[in-house]
Amino acid sequence: MSSLVVKLPGLLTTIQDLGRPGFGPMGISPAGAADPVALRLANLLVGNEPTAAGLEMTLVGGSYVFPTGAVIALAGANMGATLDGHPIDLWAPYSATSGAELVLGPTRNYARTYLAIAGGVEVPRFLGSASTHLLAGIGGYQGRALRKGDVLQLGAPKRKILKHRVSQTVLVSLKPRRVLRVTDGPQADQFSAEARETFTRQTFRVTEDSDRLGLRLQGPLIASTSSASMITEPVSLGAIQITPSGQAIILGVDQQTTGGYPKIANVIGVDLHRIGQLRPRVDIRFERTSLAVARALWIEQERLLNNPSQLFV
Amino acid sequence: MRFCPASDQSMLIYLGDRISLATHERVVKLLQILQKEPPAWLRNVQPAYCCLMLAFDARRIDHAEVEAVLRQFEQRAESTRTPQPRKIEIPVCYDPEFAPDLEDVARSHGLKAKDVVRLHASRFYRAYFLGFAPGFAYLGDLPDGIAGPRLDVPRKSVPAGSVAIAGKQTAVYPFSTPGGWRLIGRTPLTLFRADRKPMELISIGDQVRFHPISRKEYSELAVQ
Repeated sequence: MSSLVVKLPGLLTTIQDLGRPGFGPMGISPAGAADPVALRLANLLVGNEPTAAGLEMTLVGGSYVFPTGAVIALAGANMGATLDGHPIDLWAPYSATSGAELVLGPTRNYARTYLAIAGGVEVPRFLGSASTHLLAGIGGYQGRALRKGDVLQLGAPKRKILKHRVSQTVLVSLKPRRVLRVTDGPQADQFSAEARETFTRQTFRVTEDSDRLGLRLQGPLIASTSSASMITEPVSLGAIQITPSGQAIILGVDQQTTGGYPKIANVIGVDLHRIGQLRPRVDIRFERTSLAVARALWIEQERLLNNPSQLFV
Repeated sequence: MRFCPASDQSMLIYLGDRISLATHERVVKLLQILQKEPPAWLRNVQPAYCCLMLAFDARRIDHAEVEAVLRQFEQRAESTRTPQPRKIEIPVCYDPEFAPDLEDVARSHGLKAKDVVRLHASRFYRAYFLGFAPGFAYLGDLPDGIAGPRLDVPRKSVPAGSVAIAGKQTAVYPFSTPGGWRLIGRTPLTLFRADRKPMELISIGDQVRFHPISRKEYSELAVQ
């Protein structure tokens, strides 16, 4: 059985797939890749199912050795990857020979890079998913981030790899954005017209205090008009909560499942993967849209992602 | 029944406006139907005190259609029965070592620490729902004599097993997480274990009572 050896784990590298939705009644958030679109494309490039498990690297990549070789693909942020010293591109498959070393440095643009390997990473599934849930210490590799010396087992490659890469048009349409589109949140009416205008007009900065649970933003304070404390209720992925002090928090994939802060807005489906590519200190904005537009964009994006003939050249 | 889109792919369904056992029963009944006969478009359900949130596959359905389906489910939910609640006892050591906020809680109510313990362990609480983190059950209602506000500044890390109170609620932290509730004790039991069936010690609808144990009993139970 082939394997992958972690020589240096980078800043925070975890095993992720597309998550485990459906366990809300147990208080379990779906987790999964913070940028699921990048992971899906990386998987398709190496002939895997889009749901196969890969590595999610955060801000700094790390280095990995393939003792018996492997077919690999990287997607997401550019971390200046090299394979045995030769620079390699994102969004394309490569053959790593026996003993080859993949090295990734600090990110040059976005937050996360995904490594897919033909056959996928083999770990015991927890509730149907290989995703690492760091808070609960479940899923992935022993429920934790990867460390130096970890050896991951790889599955058997499913099919022969065609030489192809993700088309430029597709990359442009799925490109990370700093203007996130939102629909009104369930408590939007608890904010004055002025506060809501401030929310979409002004710029917010992603703080260092951001992770897979959520992005804490620094920017104009948004005041709620309601002083009564809310009854705790479910919160959705991409919800933008406003804390009592007026700070905005965007909920990420490892989110808490319920909360008691009012939500002014929610990031739309097609921009959820883009939250996963926002790194600390970047400035972002919000742009309001309708549920109907959001849904049409989602259907279009899913159609594209499920149509290999359009994805690759 | 009041509907409110939470996002372009999720819908909140409010079944009441305040925390009550009657609203809780409606939440549990609707959850039961959704779990027994999950529609093909349903991706996830998250219950809470007064509402449920449904995440759906937006390629198959939109908010108006979700609402129509749920109105049908509601009629059927009214005639379904909820199972007899399970009764669960949780041993808690209220020793000062595990209860950094116990004295403050006592003082703010003009009580002695042992009175707070007696009141906290005096009744069965309903597990309204699990949320926040895996296995975290929102239990209520606390006796008025010990209900009070959460901490002004949340702790960055609360030890796993901590027994805490906030408002009229009480809970046990299954994992070491940040938390703003006041800590009054600790249980040696594990609230959530991936290798156990069911994984969560407390499920939605259960009746839960805490019983005080000594520091020595805590240590004995903790090693088991």
